[in-house]
Amino acid sequence: MKKGNSVGRRAFRIFIYVFCIFLALLSLFPFVIMFINATRSTYEIQQNGISLLPSSYLASNYAVFTGKTFDPLKGFYNSVIISTGSTALAIYFSTLTAYALVAYSWKMRQAFFSMILAVMMIPAQVTSIGFYQFMYRIGMTNNFLALILPSIAAPATVFFMRQYMLASLPLELVDSARIDGSGEFNTFNRIILPIMKPAIATQAIFTFVASWNNLFLPLILLTNNDKYTLPIMVSLLRGDIYRTEYGAVYLGLALTVLPLFVIYFLLSKYIIAGVALGGVKG
Amino acid sequence: MKKRKRLSYAKYGYIFSIPFVTAFVIFSLYPTIYTAIIGFTDLKGLLKTSFSILADPLANFRLILNNASFKLSLVNTLKIWLINFIPQILLALILTAWFTSNHNKIKGQGFFKVVFYMPNIITAATIAILFNVLFGYPMGPVNDTLVKSGVLSQSYYFLTDKTASQLIIAFIQFWMWYGYTMIILISGVLGINPEIFEAADIDGANDVQTFLYITLPNLRTILLFVLITSMIGGLNMFDIPKLFNLGMPGNATLTTSLFIYNQAFSGSYFYNRAAAASMIMFVIIAFLSVGVFLLMRDKNETREKEAARKLARQIKRGELNKEEATK
Repeated sequence: MKKGNSVGRRAFRIFIYVFCIFLALLSLFPFVIMFINATRSTYEIQQNGISLLPSSYLASNYAVFTGKTFDPLKGFYNSVIISTGSTALAIYFSTLTAYALVAYSWKMRQAFFSMILAVMMIPAQVTSIGFYQFMYRIGMTNNFLALILPSIAAPATVFFMRQYMLASLPLELVDSARIDGSGEFNTFNRIILPIMKPAIATQAIFTFVASWNNLFLPLILLTNNDKYTLPIMVSLLRGDIYRTEYGAVYLGLALTVLPLFVIYFLLSKYIIAGVALGGVKG
Repeated sequence: MKKRKRLSYAKYGYIFSIPFVTAFVIFSLYPTIYTAIIGFTDLKGLLKTSFSILADPLANFRLILNNASFKLSLVNTLKIWLINFIPQILLALILTAWFTSNHNKIKGQGFFKVVFYMPNIITAATIAILFNVLFGYPMGPVNDTLVKSGVLSQSYYFLTDKTASQLIIAFIQFWMWYGYTMIILISGVLGINPEIFEAADIDGANDVQTFLYITLPNLRTILLFVLITSMIGGLNMFDIPKLFNLGMPGNATLTTSLFIYNQAFSGSYFYNRAAAASMIMFVIIAFLSVGVFLLMRDKNETREKEAARKLARQIKRGELNKEEATK
């Protein structure tokens, strides 16, 4: 009986592998087509939508792509500034806020934490009309600060940092720093931040990617061509100027995916671990 | 004396929270209130900022609630979300069962997780346009494949078909999110006390029984969390419906976020109506958020209680010193 069971189990295992490999191909294939078609001419793409072999039109596609209205390097640069700025602020101030919640006992602590939990899920989109009007009134549209400064209050990041601190920050360390005469703010910067490095790394990746991919708020706030972020530029690929330039469209898409691919496959270990931790937090 | 010292440090709790609270009040709370107020006013027209409260303050809300496009967008949003979520959670559960079973010993799990999750970090705007060109007519890659393999006799214009457009958007959502859901569920299973699984194994439970009667009930909280967060995300779906097919054909892929965006930032710039629609969505999302809030709070409390109980147990058994020694 045991033997029959093991044959059945082996067949089942093979089925699982085949199914998982199918899913893996499903994840990768659209991007493979995209990268290959980025090197093919529009004529070739219209003859055969799919090819497994790259062609030699990368340079001419690039010329068409950059020959229209926008400059992808500028978009890349703008996206880097906004994403780096918001990541730095979100990480630093979320850790500081979490430290306030963990290291000190103060009267409003529990109420403050409850408030953070309550607003954690409210997305920026539903309040965007008021946000836009407010920014327009104070002349902050087309100003990157309008997209960077709100990151100081990142409730989900605070929540994550608090959970991490509760689990792995020895408060005796804070006490001994006090005995050594270190000020509270100094203790946070010199001792707490380095200990939080693993949590900071995972949260930094997620904050950066989320900000990098954000389309809604930049789209309503940034109206100047030379302030456009990469996702806004991507959205222009959908417009009339590229209607018949498939090669250039694929290349434009590929250029926005490439940096994310590099980051993802370099840091995938930390990213997957970070997602799993997010599940534990839920 | 010790107590006094504690009190003197408490003020740092307040001081260190100031940046967060300030930024929250300015960039979240104030815009929320502002949005709510605009919903009661006559604010419309490009680049206008001055407004006055309407004689009938609820006019915008009434208008939106009776607006056929808004109702359609709400139905579309829920439909697309459901068509994506049901297969997504089922597939994630099946993969979780396979990957966590002690009997299957699936190799390469790390690789599969990395690849399944990958679409999730790619810019949604890029993915929407990529699928738009993949489903292009007459010779997009999908049509090319289907015609050459003989599935279709001639190219099909997917983007002018309402159902096809909705299904493709639901598929994109499913494709982007099942890996995330799977990773979360797997980490949830790994958090279940292994003794329970051992006991089931000794009792002779097979994989299916173990999964149905032990794993699933223990995942209840996480499943609920996934459900609510996915629903909130689904209600805010914007990038993909906007860029995949611009809400077309015939408003079949118009979602509530896209409706709000179109009201406020195109055509007649109806900030007031968009604000009213936003507030309606805000109420729905706030209602769902209460669910997440209660889940998190309960889990937090039980975890802290559990930790205390564990510590008490260890002290009772006199294991604390032993454990500290092994550390």
